[in-house]
Amino acid sequence: MAQELTGRAARIRDALTREFSPIELHVRDESHLHAGHAGAAPGGETHYAVVIRSPALEKLSRVGRHRAINAALAQEFETGLHALSIDAS
Amino acid sequence: MSEPAVHDSIQKLIEENPVMLFMKGTPAFPQCGFSATVVAILDHLGVDYESTNVLEDQDIREGVKSFSNWPTIPQLYVKGEFLGGCDIAKEMFQSGELKTLLEEQGLVEA
Repeated sequence: MAQELTGRAARIRDALTREFSPIELHVRDESHLHAGHAGAAPGGETHYAVVIRSPALEKLSRVGRHRAINAALAQEFETGLHALSIDAS
Repeated sequence: MSEPAVHDSIQKLIEENPVMLFMKGTPAFPQCGFSATVVAILDHLGVDYESTNVLEDQDIREGVKSFSNWPTIPQLYVKGEFLGGCDIAKEMFQSGELKTLLEEQGLVEA
């Protein structure tokens, strides 16, 4: 990955890596795009986008894939993660 | 309102409305880009839908998350079935699946 991930982005990457052993994974912090909008916090770390390819997700339905990813990140949602855009297969 | 009571009222909404959108803001004035995207998709497909502004109802806002086992808003239901949020609505719109589904359900003209 071009940029070193820190904070929540790194935790998201680690949790998804642990849970799904992805063959491809990109985590992007998009909080700055939502600054000042509902759910945005002064410190950022609220809006993320992930692209993930994993055999573990492939066999699930669309909703199933998103639920599995959201469940793996439950702790992040509980601590201020507001929006997660998911491209999963 | 207790959680079971909130879940009952959500159940009623998705049963009574063939296309039901839980969103932030209103179709005319969405207050979140993700909600705005789903509104644009539904409007483009020309389907009738009902919406609830979760920003005006804290019970529904939290209740719909546990009801659907889905942590974010918007949430789209078709014929009582949970379809997904913005990403899934967008994917299904782009692939043509959403139009096909609405046609099959008799909600838009084929």
